[in-house]
Amino acid sequence: MDVTTPMVEFDRVQKSYDGESLVVKDLNLAMPKGEFLTMLGPSGSGKTTCLMMLAGFETATNGEIRLAGKEINHIPPHKRGIGMVFQNYALFPHMTVAENLSFPLEVRGMDRGTRETKIKRALDMVQMGKFASRRPAQLSGGQQQRIALARALVFEPDLVLMDEPLGALDKQLREHMQFEIKHLHESLGITVVYVTHDQSEALTMSDRVAVFNDGKIQQLAPPEDLYERPDNSFVAQFIGENNKLSGKIEALDGETATVRLHSGELIGATAVNIGGAGSETLVSIRPERVEFRHDRIQEGWHTLDAEVLEFIYMGDLFRTRLRVAGHDDFVMKCRNIQGQERLSPGQRVKIGWHPADARALDPV
Amino acid sequence: MKRTLILTSALVAAGVAAQAEELAVMSWGGAYSKSQVEAYHKPFTEKTGVTVVDVVADNPATPIKAQVEAGNVTVDVADVEYADAMALCDEGLLEEIDPSILAAGADGTAAMDDFLPGAVTDCFVATIVFSTMYAYDDTVFTGEKPTTIADFFDLEKFPGKRGLRKTPKVNLEMALMADGVAPDEVYDMLETDEGLDRAFAKLDTIKDSVVWWEAGAQPPQLLADGEVAMTTAYNGRIFAAAVSEGKPFVSVFNGQVYEYDGYVIPLGAPNKDLAMEFLAFATQTQQLADQAKWISYGPARKSSGPLVGLFEDGKTEMGPYMPTAEQNLEVALPSNFEFWADRNVELSERFNAWLAN
Amino acid sequence: MADMTATSPGAAPQGLQTADGRPLKAALAASQARAKRRAFYLVAPLLAFVLLTFVLPIGQLLSRSVSDPRFIENVDRSSGEVTPIMVELRDWFKANPPGTEPDEAAYQALAQGLAQLAELRGQGDVGTRINYEAPGTRSLFTKTARRADDLEAPFKEAILDVDEDWADPVLWQAMRDASSRYTINFYLAALDMTRDVDGNIVNVPEDRQVYLLLFKRTAILSVLITVTTLVLGFPVAYLLATLPLRYSNLLMILVLLPFWTSLLVRTTSWMVLLQSQGVVNDLLVWAGIIGDDGRIQMIYNQMGTVIAMTHILLPFTVLPLYSVMRPIKPSYVRAARSLGATSWTAFRRVYLPQTVPGIGAGALLVFILAVGYYITPALVGGSSGQLISNLIAFHMQNSLNWSLAAALASLLLAGVLVLYWLYDRLVGIDNLKLG
Repeated sequence: MDVTTPMVEFDRVQKSYDGESLVVKDLNLAMPKGEFLTMLGPSGSGKTTCLMMLAGFETATNGEIRLAGKEINHIPPHKRGIGMVFQNYALFPHMTVAENLSFPLEVRGMDRGTRETKIKRALDMVQMGKFASRRPAQLSGGQQQRIALARALVFEPDLVLMDEPLGALDKQLREHMQFEIKHLHESLGITVVYVTHDQSEALTMSDRVAVFNDGKIQQLAPPEDLYERPDNSFVAQFIGENNKLSGKIEALDGETATVRLHSGELIGATAVNIGGAGSETLVSIRPERVEFRHDRIQEGWHTLDAEVLEFIYMGDLFRTRLRVAGHDDFVMKCRNIQGQERLSPGQRVKIGWHPADARALDPV
Repeated sequence: MKRTLILTSALVAAGVAAQAEELAVMSWGGAYSKSQVEAYHKPFTEKTGVTVVDVVADNPATPIKAQVEAGNVTVDVADVEYADAMALCDEGLLEEIDPSILAAGADGTAAMDDFLPGAVTDCFVATIVFSTMYAYDDTVFTGEKPTTIADFFDLEKFPGKRGLRKTPKVNLEMALMADGVAPDEVYDMLETDEGLDRAFAKLDTIKDSVVWWEAGAQPPQLLADGEVAMTTAYNGRIFAAAVSEGKPFVSVFNGQVYEYDGYVIPLGAPNKDLAMEFLAFATQTQQLADQAKWISYGPARKSSGPLVGLFEDGKTEMGPYMPTAEQNLEVALPSNFEFWADRNVELSERFNAWLAN
Repeated sequence: MADMTATSPGAAPQGLQTADGRPLKAALAASQARAKRRAFYLVAPLLAFVLLTFVLPIGQLLSRSVSDPRFIENVDRSSGEVTPIMVELRDWFKANPPGTEPDEAAYQALAQGLAQLAELRGQGDVGTRINYEAPGTRSLFTKTARRADDLEAPFKEAILDVDEDWADPVLWQAMRDASSRYTINFYLAALDMTRDVDGNIVNVPEDRQVYLLLFKRTAILSVLITVTTLVLGFPVAYLLATLPLRYSNLLMILVLLPFWTSLLVRTTSWMVLLQSQGVVNDLLVWAGIIGDDGRIQMIYNQMGTVIAMTHILLPFTVLPLYSVMRPIKPSYVRAARSLGATSWTAFRRVYLPQTVPGIGAGALLVFILAVGYYITPALVGGSSGQLISNLIAFHMQNSLNWSLAAALASLLLAGVLVLYWLYDRLVGIDNLKLG
């Protein structure tokens, strides 16, 4: 394979189930070999459909899907050589762990010796070597997860698809498994397409994240860009917590926009995804970028008056809900550092942020 | 079906037993039950005010055995074949009937002299003489028509399916007669192993073409559906289908087997006295003659004979349709109850084995 | 330990104790006794019901199959009074070994017994009982009992005078057998065997052998019906389990339709459909597949039995299969496919094994039901489609040889139990899912 040939390619792919509406609208995507790409989005956004088309369980209504440069639209799933981890693991309940792992090797006609070596290696890889003779029902959720992973990898596919594989695990185990999967990805050099609706999972694990909504990729970018520099209001809203202030563009000067909020205040913001002067916009500010202490609000920052509505102690953070510019749901997060001031409801404060942290985006 | 019928009859009869002025009479259903309802039940209700409930079974002797054995008798009177009555009586399953309750003949003859020979026994009073004969659909055989019992067994001359009752009784006799045995030698022959083998061998010749029937209402239906070309049947059923429904059925009495059929009272009948009263009423000269108006079975009293006139349609002369008519008795066999009381179990088993093999 | 016993005298020396010193086990039992009692009261009606309607009848069935004491005692049908009969004759049998030529004493005992029978009106019963084992002898008893009062010494001559068949050694062997309260003769009869004059067990003549043949036929036809229902039911159950609910409900109604149709309606429709002048044959002739004289006999033979019973029993395979298939997620087959299996391999190695509990339950259910069905074969089976249950019904209703019926039924029951045991050994009974 040519180094420049993408491992996976979606070329103007469309998918419709009923002939009336499109579930996937004009999808274009190219993944280089070895990438860990996450498809993130709310349910019904088309991300799982894309994964199923790639796996071969759904056919594209239009467009081409290419695997290592070869069109695979009409290749049945079992000939695609793609490993897959399912949402509920789909471990075969009537087979032992070893038999489950042996299955893909048997259908490939490998002899017993080869199979045993590969099974052992795969089980050791997920630290489940002792469980070869157990049945799936005798394993915990996390253990089943590891076996599912081992089974998807045992026949050494170049591409592995994972469909919300950690959805059924509790938070701690999930975080642990995230690192393990990431680690496997790096050590094996495989290409991974990962589907989840959990944004923190996406940010933690991925090289790039494709945010899906309404059948389209809203933004395809590395996690940092996604969080720091969302392209539109949906991404800003979907990734992490976000404050929105609605207003109109008063003036536009290159990268900088001046926005007249509906409550009358005038603020500056980084222009990202807006029309010309006079058009509606949503200004987005991350809660942890908001300050209220005079000593920390610096020259050139925007400030607004605010009234404290609620104060929540969250351990590592203080979460304060404020009324700002007519919005009741403005959130400010402060780290629980030594000497941090605790606000109480009814208190009036002045809040501020760096102009670069306010991004003027499309109105929803 | 049989079980359903028994069940429903049991339910009906159970309901009946609860009320005093009702009498459950079990019979064979169809045209035959109808003739009894018209000739016996209705006049009896008119005279006494007692409602007579008509209960139906494929063979009433079967539920009687079961009911008395189980100590749960729900019918008061039952209509059974002579041989069955003898067997039931011997086993003590029936009430004894005092012959003095029977009415004298209309012409004044004493009851015991008026009834045909053997028609009244300890537990049984005959009402009719019925015959098992065979019938064919006239439209099937356009050329030569079957006329003898041998024709029934002749598949080459008269191709087509045959209907037979699923019992050894009658079939074995007919088989021998078809094989050329004279009627009065049939039972002697059947007492021997060779005779039995010969009868079964004759049955073997048509076995593959036989559709077996169990309820008396089935043969006319089989004929009407075209399922069989000819079938044995109770002569009254064929008469009813041919004369009242206008079916093109022709009865062949050659090789017929006739016997008494009549009333018995099961041991422990819920309304025993009323049952006796009904039995005496139904077996009077006029009632027996009346029944022949509805179905072509011969009355069991001599004095009833002259009173038998036309069929209910007012134009059909009953005489020629009676099993006891002279021209019908040329090759005919009275059923031997003693033979069957003795041999029924054994021959049924052999018959079942023969059927299954 | 010593301290504890000291502080709480009377308590058990070992084991945990409650705070106020009672043994923990006793306290637990006491606290649970109420709940246990209540649970028992709740199941008591069912327990009584099962005892009365299942355990007792089966016990009766088993005892019936080894005993028919009608030669030993007479039961008056109206009063229920039990009188021992044939006492002298039975004593003679006890005193003389099998095969002994009956002497004057034997005939005298017989005459005494017959006289007693005439009084009790029991000759029919006794005759029927002996007739089971020595066919054609029933009338000897009824005839001779009627003249019992006229019998005078020498009894042998007098009795043989009434009917010389009394000398038949088969008859004497039959009476000897009937003299013991318990007998395995009904089981012998149920296996097409009998005893000869000397009491040896032999096969009955070939033209009387029927039960073994019918047991075999019942087993074969039941297997055939089971296989047919599985083959027909599997795709239906699969459709039911995978179709969207609104379609599957409709399909389910179609599957259950046989349940909701009365037997008479069903039978009539089979006749209309299957008889040689029926709808199916008419269609075939019309379509030119068969000639008018080549009409297929589909009813009143084995084919009728198989078709009708497959129809009736289909829901019994579909429902367990459906209940097993419903929770099988499509992701299993998808996983298998993604792992490189063709759709056939995925079905065979991943889907099918997961439906085994349903297949087992359905097959076992259908087989057991088929083995015991008798109404349907009686109606549409003709002569070649009769099953062993039809003969059981025959002996229950017609010949009234309830002991033979019980023996046949017991053998059938034993067969089913063996099957059940085999199933447990091969598949595991806990691996059975009925729905």
